[in-house]
Amino acid sequence: MTDLLYSDVEDQLRGSVRELLAERSPVTKVLSGCETSTGHDPALWRVLAGEMGLAGLAVPEKHGGAGASLREAAVVAEELGRAVTPLPYLGSAVVATAAARAAGDGELLSALADGSTIAALAVPFATEPTAAGVADAAPFRGDGGAVTGQALGVADALVADVLLVPADTGLYAVPATASGVERHPVVSLDLTRPLCDVSLRGASGRLIASGPGAADAVRAGLTAGAAMLASEQLGIAEWCLDTTVDYLKSRYQFGRAVGSFQALKHRLADVWVDVAQARAAARYAAVCVAGDDPDAGVATALAQAYGSPVAVHAAEECVQLHGGIGFTWEHPAHLFLKRAKADAIGFGTPDRHRAVLADLVKLPA
Amino acid sequence: MPPEARRDQPPDPSQVRARVKEFLATHDPTRLSRLEFLRARFDAGLAWVHYPEGLGGLGWPRARQPVVDAAFAEAGAPDNDPRRIGIGLGMAAPTILAHGTDEQKQRFLRPLWTGEEVWCQLFSEPGAGSDLAALATRAAGDGDDWLVTGQKVWTSIAHEARWAILLARTDPEVPKHQGITYFICDMTAPGVEVRPLRQLTGEAEFNEVFLTDVRIPDAHRLGEVGDGWRVARTTLMNERVAIGGAALPREGGMIGVVAGTWRERPGLRTPALHDALLRLWVRAEVARLTGERLRQQLAAGQPGPEGSAAKLTFARLNQEISGFELELLGSDGLRHDEWTMRRPPQVDFTGRSPGYRYLRAKGNSIEGGTSEVLRNIIAERVLGLPAEPRSDTNVVWKDLPK
Repeated sequence: MTDLLYSDVEDQLRGSVRELLAERSPVTKVLSGCETSTGHDPALWRVLAGEMGLAGLAVPEKHGGAGASLREAAVVAEELGRAVTPLPYLGSAVVATAAARAAGDGELLSALADGSTIAALAVPFATEPTAAGVADAAPFRGDGGAVTGQALGVADALVADVLLVPADTGLYAVPATASGVERHPVVSLDLTRPLCDVSLRGASGRLIASGPGAADAVRAGLTAGAAMLASEQLGIAEWCLDTTVDYLKSRYQFGRAVGSFQALKHRLADVWVDVAQARAAARYAAVCVAGDDPDAGVATALAQAYGSPVAVHAAEECVQLHGGIGFTWEHPAHLFLKRAKADAIGFGTPDRHRAVLADLVKLPA
Repeated sequence: MPPEARRDQPPDPSQVRARVKEFLATHDPTRLSRLEFLRARFDAGLAWVHYPEGLGGLGWPRARQPVVDAAFAEAGAPDNDPRRIGIGLGMAAPTILAHGTDEQKQRFLRPLWTGEEVWCQLFSEPGAGSDLAALATRAAGDGDDWLVTGQKVWTSIAHEARWAILLARTDPEVPKHQGITYFICDMTAPGVEVRPLRQLTGEAEFNEVFLTDVRIPDAHRLGEVGDGWRVARTTLMNERVAIGGAALPREGGMIGVVAGTWRERPGLRTPALHDALLRLWVRAEVARLTGERLRQQLAAGQPGPEGSAAKLTFARLNQEISGFELELLGSDGLRHDEWTMRRPPQVDFTGRSPGYRYLRAKGNSIEGGTSEVLRNIIAERVLGLPAEPRSDTNVVWKDLPK
């Protein structure tokens, strides 16, 4: 059985990311900036992606990466979820990087590895990592290097330097500043990961994969994204649980800490159990995807089908058990609620992942 | 001792297998009797390898045990029928190891492990279930002995047991947690009466045990007088690990039974049942991975409160899956196999029939700590939430309302 624990290196990595985020992007700061957020913080990105080398965790050393894997990136995703950090890590360092790697594009990989280039896969955030999902999500036409079409609700594209565009003739790398590229910000449910609509009219791009290789690269990107999203969701759920537990210890009503009431503590015990389980599922997905395990499809769908509702439930409990303050704009709980709900839709809803599982584990309708 | 077996350098799996092979070369399971073989295996330290040397182990990490068991199974060697002696292995043994005297360890652990002596647990009482520390069975000193009188309940396998781990009140004049002492009770002693307790499945897996002036030598006390509650916590933590903690392959538990029915009987399928099945499948598989992760954690340390979570999940899932199965079967779910009062030699939660599985699963959230108590444990010991205000902890036991 695969090792589902965190290694010492991963624990150290977690410690340094948590420390960085506490200093540079505390939740209070994310909250105060959320209405104008682009989903990015260039100064923080330079440190996290560049100086710390975390954008290149899953990039081979020969392309300037750290030669680690998505297993370690999952720990970064957890911490970014735990701090609802507005950074394009998932879109660029995970999805686009996995797609570029599958496409074998060394040039793009090198630019992604040090964080100097941010890329986003131009598909709706809700796209599931299946053949059907990929086919539905790619209505672009590529005609002699000129790409035309539209993708709605794309994550991390607003701040991307390069768009990876799946078209009928292959996967194109299109500079975001190329003529014919338009990005319209969407008023997004998740304030900390704002989406945009991408439309291309004859924008010129470089073909980086064609034929089945293009679809494989897109699927690799989406699978990595879905697997890492499970770790992000774990981080969200952890913050919600920890914050609620702390609050219930310090909030007094009826002459007692409200956390001493069984009606409340049992609900938190259930959340803790859910979170412990989501951790096992997320770890398993990270390990399988990192190692190209044949069970990666099951592991990813499982982690998504399980982890999405857990993060949403933890965030909902966080709002409810905080009582009145939890319903205010001034308390950060809503950022986590919005992120959790958006993440439950990102890379496919739980029911889509259950449908994937039905196929993979032979439980037909 | 070969260098690879040193405690500070745990052997890798291939070294473990080599050690078993070496043992098998001099102890042919086809030529020795089952008991001779098991005794020799114990004496070689290959019984429970995480136990100390001389007590059936080698001081290896617990994680090596499955490798040892698999190597013996591959060689076709007889095992100690662990399901039959689960209470001894899972509860009595760790408690004796942690709190017993050298004499007690030497006397009890070997026949416990080989299955020569079956163990049962005399903890719960009609008036002390979740509130176990309220127990009323009285142990009064009588020279070098104790005389024990009271009633115990929910005692699995008492009718076959040679020994019991027993909690009794040695001092009713102090608050309830302080007046309890932990004993080892001879189930063949005069004054021990075992009666079957029929449960809602129609079977009697359990017993009521009536104790009337049962004489227990002081040498069979486990831990200090009045320290029984602390000793019992070792037992209870291990019980939860034992109940929630078996390693299984994918679809190895209750979900596998239902998934099998689903695949074999397409006529039963509806879209709503399909989604319900998949939701359960997801939870069951995640619970299995969580159990695996917990085992990996335990391999490095000791059972902790995480075992409570495993048991909580296991109970809820077993109940929901077995309830789903009956509805999936529809009309067929209305037919039961039998209600005959029987004494099953072993309990198989996934065995017998769908109706049995559904009914038996109801016990999963009660036995070994109710789900409500487990949630308290998680909330208080893991999350650090404050306890409910209590009125019973500082009152001497005899003055508590009963």
